[in-house]
Amino acid sequence: MNSQTNAMSGTSVGEQAGATVAGSPMQPFLWSLRRECWEYRSLYIAPLGAAGVFLLGFIVTIGHQVTRMRGIVGMDAMHQRNTMVTPYDMASGLMMAVGMIVGVYYALDALYGERRDRSILFWKSLPVSDLTTVLAKASIPIIFLQLFCWAVAVVLQLLMLVIQSVVMAGSGEHVSMLWAQLSPIQMWIMLLNHLITVHGLWYAPFYAWMLLVSSWARRAPFLWAALPVLAVGALEKLVFNTSYFFGILGYRLGGNPAVVFVKDWPVNPMTQLMIGHFFLNPGLWTGLIFTALCIVGAARLRRYRAPL
Amino acid sequence: MACIEARGLRKAFGAQVALDGIDLRVEEGRILGLIGPNGAGKTTALNAILGLISYEGQLNVLGRDPWSERDVLMRDVCFMADVAVMPRWIRVSQALEYMTGVHPRFNRAKAEGFLAKTDIRHTSRVRELSKGMVAQLHLALVMSLDVRLLVLDEPTLGLDILYRKQFYDSLLNDYFDQSRTIVVTTHQVDEIQDVLTDLMFINRGRIVLNTSMEDFETRYTELKVAPEQVEMARALKPIQERQSLGRTIMVFAGVERKQLASLGEVRTPSIADLFVAMMGNTNGRARGAA
Repeated sequence: MNSQTNAMSGTSVGEQAGATVAGSPMQPFLWSLRRECWEYRSLYIAPLGAAGVFLLGFIVTIGHQVTRMRGIVGMDAMHQRNTMVTPYDMASGLMMAVGMIVGVYYALDALYGERRDRSILFWKSLPVSDLTTVLAKASIPIIFLQLFCWAVAVVLQLLMLVIQSVVMAGSGEHVSMLWAQLSPIQMWIMLLNHLITVHGLWYAPFYAWMLLVSSWARRAPFLWAALPVLAVGALEKLVFNTSYFFGILGYRLGGNPAVVFVKDWPVNPMTQLMIGHFFLNPGLWTGLIFTALCIVGAARLRRYRAPL
Repeated sequence: MACIEARGLRKAFGAQVALDGIDLRVEEGRILGLIGPNGAGKTTALNAILGLISYEGQLNVLGRDPWSERDVLMRDVCFMADVAVMPRWIRVSQALEYMTGVHPRFNRAKAEGFLAKTDIRHTSRVRELSKGMVAQLHLALVMSLDVRLLVLDEPTLGLDILYRKQFYDSLLNDYFDQSRTIVVTTHQVDEIQDVLTDLMFINRGRIVLNTSMEDFETRYTELKVAPEQVEMARALKPIQERQSLGRTIMVFAGVERKQLASLGEVRTPSIADLFVAMMGNTNGRARGAA
């Protein structure tokens, strides 16, 4: 009886607090994002785990690294740089790959899982619109996962740099060459640029397509996402003996040529950003329009879809 | 003011008609029991009211069209579809945080007050709780929402009798008041007989009975017929007749209780008995209290 009276006396205070907290229209979106992080812990565990394993490998082989560094003295600048940068490029590449794998896994399950475990009925009993939910789910692989992978990569590479510097200094090497060649700040800006533009915005249509399939499929969303795409391409080849569809797909998968393929490497990496070129590319905008259509379609489907 | 108002509400899944143009009006402050056999259209009706499915005809819930305004409507409406819809990965503390975040009418202190009376710990995940505890948790969340309409679809399915009893007690004592409306469907009809203010039977997509419980009690009478009076009683046209422990039991609609009292023992039938009388005339004999 006592606890009940206490609970009742707390009513007015709680109500006021609740009203101000949930008043803003951004609130449901932000809480939907939190919900995704609670539900899909692999979103942060996988990048952190991969980074941890990589760092461990780096530490184990650090002696070998330093020996190699010693061997490059006297070589040409290009070769020196390549030798030094390789482990750091590998770290960046690893975070990109992990981000993609986790992003694909997430996008295929995001709207399918909640129907499979019937929890969609719980989510729909709350005042959050289908579009808010789908937008939150779409923004995870397109924006937030990329930002997170970038942050993990930065911390990982910083730790690698510090460890390598300490080991090199301990064996009497010059650390300054390592830092000068790597130019970490530029490296991180480049990586951020690459993750946001290519892995986020340029690949957004893939993630949006997977979300659409995940809101529609009754089972096996991965197969439904992949097989029809292959079928369309194969059919085109068979009927018209052309491969425009696969061409488009390859162009999209290859990344935006305006940013990705940096051929003349030892120039100031800042000039390679070419943000302007990227945003002027019509391919980006057709991709984003396709993304928007898939998101709207997924939101509409979520409205109609019952639990499985 | 009507809380729910439907006119010609119809829903078909392909060739199968789940709701065949029903008219329905639920006033504010009522507790309506929606009773029907499996596949009668109960869940379809509730889903339409909650904006979970599209429909034909007119439907108005708290002045809104549920299909196009579900997210806004859910500030004033809450529902428990059944016991198994809480996401299994969520922690109790996360559920409380999330509800506080997205629902303008959620009272967290109240929910914590309800939870304090149970064995549920804030750090537990839903998957670690027993079925009864999940129902307790969901009910605690729902009862802490200051909403005007609460819809419960088989809320006690699969719970043992202690939890079921506690569930309805809690709902009546801690939640219900005259400004709130509750719509509930269940197969355990006898457990909610004393809870309801209104009763509706639905069968094959149509409403076959729509009455307040007061009218139910005056209109329907069950008579345990004295053996020598059976023919007399039959002449009054019972809507159902069955045998129980060697006695004949009849259910009458709209027959004066005084008139029947001379023919045997009279009492108000249970909802289950009336349900069987009205829906299962062919196999009424086989089913007593459901």
